[in-house]
Amino acid sequence: MRISENKLRGAVSNHIILMVLALTIILPIMVLVFNSIKPDEEFGINPLGFPEKVRVMNYYDAFVIGNYAQVMMNSLLLVTGTLIMCLTFSSMAAFSLAVLNPNGKATILIGIYLLVGLSIPAQLFILPLFIIWKNLHLNNTVIGLILIYSALNAPFAVFLIRSYMVQLPRELFEAAIVEGASTFQLFTRVALPLSWPVFLTTGLVVSLAVWNEFLFAVTFIHNEEFKPISTILYSFQNRREENYALISAASIMMAAPLAILFILFQRNFIAGLTSGGTKG
Amino acid sequence: MEEWSRSAAPFIVLMKNLSNKEMTSWIFLAPVLFIHLLVVAIPSLSSLALCFTDWNGFGKINFVGFENFLELFDDRVFKKAVTHNLIWTGLFLTVPIALALLAAFLLTGVKRFQMFYRFVFFFPYILASIVNCLIWKYLFHPIHGLAAFFKDIGWESLATSPLTTKETSLYAVAFVDGWHFWGFLVVIYITAMYQVDESLYEAADIEGASKWQTFRYVTFPSIRPMFLFSFLIIIIWSVPAFDYVYILTSGGPAYSSEVVANFMYFEAFRNMNVGYASAVGALMFVYVFTILGFFWTLRKLGWEI
Repeated sequence: MRISENKLRGAVSNHIILMVLALTIILPIMVLVFNSIKPDEEFGINPLGFPEKVRVMNYYDAFVIGNYAQVMMNSLLLVTGTLIMCLTFSSMAAFSLAVLNPNGKATILIGIYLLVGLSIPAQLFILPLFIIWKNLHLNNTVIGLILIYSALNAPFAVFLIRSYMVQLPRELFEAAIVEGASTFQLFTRVALPLSWPVFLTTGLVVSLAVWNEFLFAVTFIHNEEFKPISTILYSFQNRREENYALISAASIMMAAPLAILFILFQRNFIAGLTSGGTKG
Repeated sequence: MEEWSRSAAPFIVLMKNLSNKEMTSWIFLAPVLFIHLLVVAIPSLSSLALCFTDWNGFGKINFVGFENFLELFDDRVFKKAVTHNLIWTGLFLTVPIALALLAAFLLTGVKRFQMFYRFVFFFPYILASIVNCLIWKYLFHPIHGLAAFFKDIGWESLATSPLTTKETSLYAVAFVDGWHFWGFLVVIYITAMYQVDESLYEAADIEGASKWQTFRYVTFPSIRPMFLFSFLIIIIWSVPAFDYVYILTSGGPAYSSEVVANFMYFEAFRNMNVGYASAVGALMFVYVFTILGFFWTLRKLGWEI
């Protein structure tokens, strides 16, 4: 009796502390949501609360004034392009490291190379990269940024996919070889179909990284018509410093697709984002 | 034709020496290696070379030895930025870690709403820096947000903007970044905590250990490897901290929130001091790899990291 009473009291105090911590996250986000449906004239009298008159038209205004249909397409193009390039190249590399040559010297060397690559601060290479890209005429192009994002996300993707492919039973590959499959067929017919769960996780994490990326986007894309959503929102914030209704609506449009994906695939997201953590 | 075969001869010998299997494994590796070399390795190496020059991006390249570094160590703003990065690292090594340990530990003790709390704590981590910055730029605005709210309820002294005040700007930026980051720590700690042997908790329960004692003697020692790992990534990730500073304050007012990454960015892309900026990048690189080397040595010495 005594113990369960203690436990109950413990659980209540746990919940109180956890709820306070949760509110420090929920309340600021609520303010953003309220602002996105607040009429402009209400900001002066009602800074934090729910608007008296809800104005959903803020979203329409942001969509039209910010030209968001185009901007969303730009970001979507970056995400899709990076997913295709990064996942194709990374899965090939992972296949090579996990199946073709799991114990070779190359595996260790490449592993070290990619680990070092992961730890280099972007500030070391962004400036020479900018100059190289200028000479290759890749500045201000979508493909130029896709190349950068693919390279930056590749080490992570290779590690994640490799750790999955290593666990595939070798008998499957051996059976396919007996049936006369070429190396390429081993890759496309055996390794890829069996590894799809890891592609979901990797794809989600890469999409998140690209959709939210700021530093390379602001450095490499100056042309308004190619700008992705993160840098458009930045210039939108600077231009309309005081029009919080519109920028709040625009921010929510940026966050919404990811929030929905996160609700649907919470487990995959967390597993992918923290996998760097568990590997050490 | 003859010339071609002569020059190709070494390659043919090389290919014969490499087994067929090894050859194909390299072909599959080639695309990733190519883009990674092009985007990361080659520019990094050229940066390490350019830091000894006074190049401005287009003119003649002059070798100047260690002059950039000497100038940097004399640069008042750079010294300020380095100090701020150290403060930043110190802040992140204490506040978010303490909060995350607390939240993760409490979470392992509740069954109801656990997924809800985890979802909420992690949520800001998936939001873009630009969105998180907008939320807090509004709340910390000199006339909108919290300032307007405090004014309404008569707490005039609190109605200021921490982002535009010299004394607080660095801490305000670090707060926003930390607000978005600490949920990540919660998730990695709780993953580690669930791997702790259940019988240890039962033993602690029988011994009548308090919550703090359970944490101190059971939970913490078991998650120590993950804890040290989080220490390492915070130290490393604090070096290139950029987005939040650039978006919220751009290092101002009067360099009061300047950090090294932002300093380098402006030297590179506004002043086009390629050599000078490369020197900053090189120092960041050396620092990060010294830290990594330090942790690696500890591991070699038998520490559980």
